[in-house]
Amino acid sequence: MNSIFGDRKTIFILLAPALLLYTLLKIVPVAWSFGLSFFEGNTLRGFEWVGFQNFATFFTDGAALQSMWVSIFFAIVATVGQVALGYGLALLYVFVLRKGSSFVRTIVFFPAILPTVAVALLFKSFVAVGQNQGPVNDIINFFGGDSVEVLASTAGTMTTAIVMTLWGSMGFYAVLLYAGLLDIPEEVIESARLDGANGLKLVRHIIVPLSLPILLSSIIFSLNSTLKVFDSLLALNGGGPGTSTAPLTLYMYRTAFEYAEYGYGSTIALVLTMLCLVFTLAIFRSSRRKAEV
Amino acid sequence: MNTRSNRRRIAALGIALAAVVPLAACAGGNAGSGSTEAGGAGGTDPDKFTVMTANENPVLSDELDALAAGACKAENKALPIEHQKVAQADVVQKVTLLASQGALATHTIAGTALIRPDGDLGKAGLVGDLKAALEDAGTWDNVLPAAASTVEQVYGGMFSMPYQYNIEGIFYNKQIFAGNGLEEPQTWDDLVADAAKLQKAGVTPMTEAGANGWPLTRILGMYIYRNVGPDAMVAIQKGDAKLTDPEYLAGAQALADFAEAGYFGEGFSTRDGDTSSNMFLTGEAAMTYDGTWLLSAINDPDRNQIGGENVGFMPFPSVDGGKGSIDQYPANAGAPMIVNAEQFGPKVQDWISCIAENYGQQALQDAGVISGFKVNGDVTDISENTAEIQQRIEGIDETVLWFEALFDPKSNSLASTNVTLLTTGQMSPEDYMKDLQASLDANK
Repeated sequence: MNSIFGDRKTIFILLAPALLLYTLLKIVPVAWSFGLSFFEGNTLRGFEWVGFQNFATFFTDGAALQSMWVSIFFAIVATVGQVALGYGLALLYVFVLRKGSSFVRTIVFFPAILPTVAVALLFKSFVAVGQNQGPVNDIINFFGGDSVEVLASTAGTMTTAIVMTLWGSMGFYAVLLYAGLLDIPEEVIESARLDGANGLKLVRHIIVPLSLPILLSSIIFSLNSTLKVFDSLLALNGGGPGTSTAPLTLYMYRTAFEYAEYGYGSTIALVLTMLCLVFTLAIFRSSRRKAEV
Repeated sequence: MNTRSNRRRIAALGIALAAVVPLAACAGGNAGSGSTEAGGAGGTDPDKFTVMTANENPVLSDELDALAAGACKAENKALPIEHQKVAQADVVQKVTLLASQGALATHTIAGTALIRPDGDLGKAGLVGDLKAALEDAGTWDNVLPAAASTVEQVYGGMFSMPYQYNIEGIFYNKQIFAGNGLEEPQTWDDLVADAAKLQKAGVTPMTEAGANGWPLTRILGMYIYRNVGPDAMVAIQKGDAKLTDPEYLAGAQALADFAEAGYFGEGFSTRDGDTSSNMFLTGEAAMTYDGTWLLSAINDPDRNQIGGENVGFMPFPSVDGGKGSIDQYPANAGAPMIVNAEQFGPKVQDWISCIAENYGQQALQDAGVISGFKVNGDVTDISENTAEIQQRIEGIDETVLWFEALFDPKSNSLASTNVTLLTTGQMSPEDYMKDLQASLDANK
């Protein structure tokens, strides 16, 4: 077996089909999109070389910059929320519920398998006002308050979107982090307890440092998925009111497919990729620094 | 180490070049002939008469099928009809892609901006001139002059078949109006005063589908047309006026004030089209500004619970001291449906002629749809509401377009999305018009 995997030709033959497929489906479109960001036009009109013009446009385009901030804000708040809640739940599974946690784990995980568009429509009806008023306003009315048009304001829409995202994903992060916590040797926890570490002290000085790798992976995973949020914000309020909750992905979609500007759309896609890269590298850097300390 | 790093750099550069070089080959290219002139009949007949319509409009494909089995049987035998479907939201993307691959359907839905002479399809010479083709076939007189005029105003030529001919105005509940001692308002101030009375009586004065954006911009636009005159938006297009001019700004202010007073009712900014229509048809709202496409819901007894006899229709009121007239109705001819100039051969011309001759009667009889074609033959059992609108259309001397009709796609989208901010007090009328004018200037 060793001799087979030691042979470069064998490795190449075994890897080639998957590598070819990956290259065709991933690398080529990414490279193609990268190339397109230096052009203006579409497949019908033809493409015209504009150099770095699209990048210059991006940084003076108010709508693009606003969408970028929406993406960053959403990614940071949603990541903090879903990883913190997921971690809290994971601690609950391991230290409180223990072996009886499987039922709760399944219930909390369930929203993660629902389509995001369906979840968005559900939350939209929760906060609805008017003819088909939702339960949120029913409760407000019950306590004597006037109905609130939640989705008419930027803050209301963003809050709903974040609550919806947390509800949908905390179960997933809880399971991910739960798997990491299970890897911590029981003896280490036991000996820490014997040394007098309990409750918050135990979590802070033993559990968090030992589960840091999986925690960092979760943060990177979460940042990358929330930076690319699209369907939930589109289904919830179409990026509105106005374009105040339209993330970069939605602006990219509208630019490329509604306004048929493939070149500028590709530039926006490239900026989004760079954002993901910057956030990922920043997390890696900070973790390395911590490890060195 | 340096050699390895250099190799990596060369590899990265190679990948970047590999990405850019093939695209450079596309630079400045053009999928079509590059002619700025739209072609008429004179293309080559395809094997099938492929028709691409929107999923959201099943009536059109059904009625064309009915013609294929009836009045246009001979044309269908010579060139069988075949349907393709597209979601309304994907039209621009799909049509652009198909056209660039030379795979555009013979008769297809398209985006408004695409088919204008300066649009992508227009420039590529893919938009057939229907007037030339129908005149050549001797069937041009089947197109109603008002419909032809509307199509030419919006698209810059007779490039779309007018499968619908809609006018817009205010549908109102006659019973609620009578119960509150109201008559059709003749001026905007009268309308606002009536809305106040209705609100006091516990009725939602006017329902609009705020989630769609455009029903609100229509009101803004109509105020401007009544205030400035029928050429108001042409002046904006030509650059002779700005949306920030006081007489245009007054439209945004009027809409914002109307919304702020609560006359659209609770939750209007997230209200969708069906909910809004239902509010009117169940008597919850006294008025709704809409197009005559609402007739299909008015004629449906399951949806219309107030009864057809209680539905009235009035034009958008005039504005005191304004240059526009209450008789100038906004009109449109449905979604653009073009004929692919490359496939506009004699058999396709026969099909189009047959449609022009027979669609008017077929659609009105079968689906109660008022089209931009002459109704040749008898139509029985149409509702009183439809007959009244049809009669009103016949008496119209001058039509106007809608607010965004002459806007580029980006500004069009901005007008609809930002109007929610305007009507919920999160954006001032000045900022709304300033942003829109800036978008128009940037996309000229």
